[in-house]
Amino acid sequence: MAKSQEQLQQTRSATSLIYDPKFRSIAFQILLLVGLVVFGWWIVNNTITNLQAQNKTTGFDFLGITSGFNIGFTLIEYDRSSTYFDVFVVGILNTLLVAVIGIILATLLGFTIGIARLSNNWIIARLATVYIEVIRNIPLLLQLFFWYFAVLKTMPAVKDSIEFVTGSVYLNNRGLYVPDPNPNDAFVWVQVAIVAVIIGGFFLHRWARIRQEQTGQRFPFVPVFIASVIVIPAIIWLLSGARIDLDYPILGRFNFAGGIQIPPEFVALLFGLVIYTAAFIAETVRAGILAVNTGQTEAAQSLGLKNSDRLNLVIIPQAMRVIVPPLTSQYLNLTKNSSLAVAIGYPDIVNVFMGTALNQSGKAVEVIFMTMMVYLTLSLFTSVIMNIYNARVALTER
Amino acid sequence: MTDTSFAYVRDEMLDEQPAPATSTGVIGWMKANLFSDIPNTIMTIVGVVFLYWFIPPIFNFLVTHAVFPWSVENTIDACRTEEAGACWIYVVDRFNFFIYGFYPAEEYWRVNICFLLGAVTLVPLLWPDLPYKGLSAIGFFVVLPVATFFLLNGGGFTGLAEVPTEKWGGLTITLIIATVGIVASLPIGIVLALGRRSHMPFVKYVCIAFIELWRAVPLITVLFMASIMLPLFLPEGTSIDKLLRALVGVSLFSAAYMAEVVRGGLQALPKGQYEAADALGLNYFKSMYLIILPQALKHSIPGIVNNFISLFKDTSLVSIVGLFDLLNTVQATTAQVEWKSPHQATTGYLFAAAMFWIFCFGMSRYSMYMERRLDTGHKE
Repeated sequence: MAKSQEQLQQTRSATSLIYDPKFRSIAFQILLLVGLVVFGWWIVNNTITNLQAQNKTTGFDFLGITSGFNIGFTLIEYDRSSTYFDVFVVGILNTLLVAVIGIILATLLGFTIGIARLSNNWIIARLATVYIEVIRNIPLLLQLFFWYFAVLKTMPAVKDSIEFVTGSVYLNNRGLYVPDPNPNDAFVWVQVAIVAVIIGGFFLHRWARIRQEQTGQRFPFVPVFIASVIVIPAIIWLLSGARIDLDYPILGRFNFAGGIQIPPEFVALLFGLVIYTAAFIAETVRAGILAVNTGQTEAAQSLGLKNSDRLNLVIIPQAMRVIVPPLTSQYLNLTKNSSLAVAIGYPDIVNVFMGTALNQSGKAVEVIFMTMMVYLTLSLFTSVIMNIYNARVALTER
Repeated sequence: MTDTSFAYVRDEMLDEQPAPATSTGVIGWMKANLFSDIPNTIMTIVGVVFLYWFIPPIFNFLVTHAVFPWSVENTIDACRTEEAGACWIYVVDRFNFFIYGFYPAEEYWRVNICFLLGAVTLVPLLWPDLPYKGLSAIGFFVVLPVATFFLLNGGGFTGLAEVPTEKWGGLTITLIIATVGIVASLPIGIVLALGRRSHMPFVKYVCIAFIELWRAVPLITVLFMASIMLPLFLPEGTSIDKLLRALVGVSLFSAAYMAEVVRGGLQALPKGQYEAADALGLNYFKSMYLIILPQALKHSIPGIVNNFISLFKDTSLVSIVGLFDLLNTVQATTAQVEWKSPHQATTGYLFAAAMFWIFCFGMSRYSMYMERRLDTGHKE
């Protein structure tokens, strides 16, 4: 009896190795690993052979070589004698510049339109709906072409520039000209004051929260903070004799002298990105507000909260919990979409590094790898911040 | 007692009175939706002023001052006048180029047959009440791509003149890339999503790495990579078609996004569904195919269609790597000298925008319809 049991065990384990989930899972993973390694080896091998056939070397030495081409719009010192690494940095900074300004403007426009779509006013709600449905369903690249080739490139020539604020802001087919602010040395005190007020505000907010938790007394933080941000630097400004001298653009014989020239490529890219992303942000905002249960509003009302408290303490915190994750992915989308700059010639990283620098140096593998790493870093950085935020606001279930 | 009547007691009911005129009909509606209080009234005025500023000029540009083929003056000179609006005759003249690209004119019928075949196989698939879903799925996912390839490419056993893919273009190539992207990305995405939810750590991390890598980079870099690096990756001497490179790039890119949507659907399923499938003794594939995926995919329909829409819009990016899709054909003609006129580019872009808009808006409406139809009330 005992023997037959043992035999049974043996036969079962002998036949059922293939049915053993643990064995199958390990075997499958080893198979996948081997497959991937072979595939990777095949690709690397092919690439090396191909590169050798084309007499190309690999390595990152080219980053130190002089690039020899000019870039129309840079945030740091750059000229023909700068290296490929400078091109890389210029590209990243230009991408970040358009992304940061774009994110700020798209958030403002998107929140406005999202709230407008929920408005009680029929006309406003309809206008917002039409905006969202039209903009969302047209490719961004097409919109960029429109802003750049159909709008900005058909602006008048330099001598017929459109003047916005008399003698200070001009628009023509070479871009937008605005005055250049030149603060004098004393202005540094105003900047210090602004930073100090913001840091002070942070501590004030903490103190106000702790006091409210202990005593129940509330402190009017927002009005006090806004007032001090405006008033304290203004007083310093007056006392320190700080001045901002505006350097106005002046029409010369062929072009403007002085002021800041914002190239049409930047304006078109910013316009396109902001208008396109705002439509998506608006939908996110609308969904977030609608996600807050009506019961929450009613509960807040029955607690006797006044309207502003109901919004600030009950509705907005809950809506933000729904809004923020998709909002972040819209920010990331905007940053990634800024790579379409290559189509209209704004010198972002894809345009100057993955385009011009790649074609000149011929280092396809290295350049593409570096460019992808930039975006990967940005994206991972955002995800990390997002996860921290999410953990803070996430619903604590009991 | 009952017949006792008092003068002050009404013994017959009054007829029902209509609601006051101020709360029904147009006036009531306007009072509720446009002028309910002072801020609302101000917003209405702002809205009306806005419409008054924008609608007439847009209408004039598109219709009143536009040059149509049936206008009295329908030559290019009419487009070049000071007050001329949209130059529609340019779009009409170049229409074939926008649709077929450089495809030879005498072979247009082949493209038309493909369009027809696509419509014939797609409609029964999308129309929920029609039977034989499996048959139409085979038609759309297997017969259509094969037939389209041989019909458009020609050569070989087909006996048709060979038309290399460099000559394909316009809306044709936009639809080809979108369809291939959709057909390829959904199954790859499902596999990746299942892999990401797998209990096998290695499989899981490979899938996570793949998905996150593709999702982190813009499509442009993927297309650049596909067009520059793909030839390097393959054995020496293999030449790979430009269109195929773009197709590979678009499909893999879109598959990563699809995987995340499907994963959302999988996570939305209660654990009990997995346990029930196990309790029935179904193996992994059967439980996925019969129990889990039908429910998970139903949950993720809105997200899947959203991905289709962005994929359709993203096809316009292939113009940057040198393919002549709808947007690129339009862009290429905006500089043509024979149609040089102030609003040539704007008119072309408006046409392209309208084409893209029709497809994308159609898809989003269809997804809303399906969502309502499939909503069996399990959500709440």
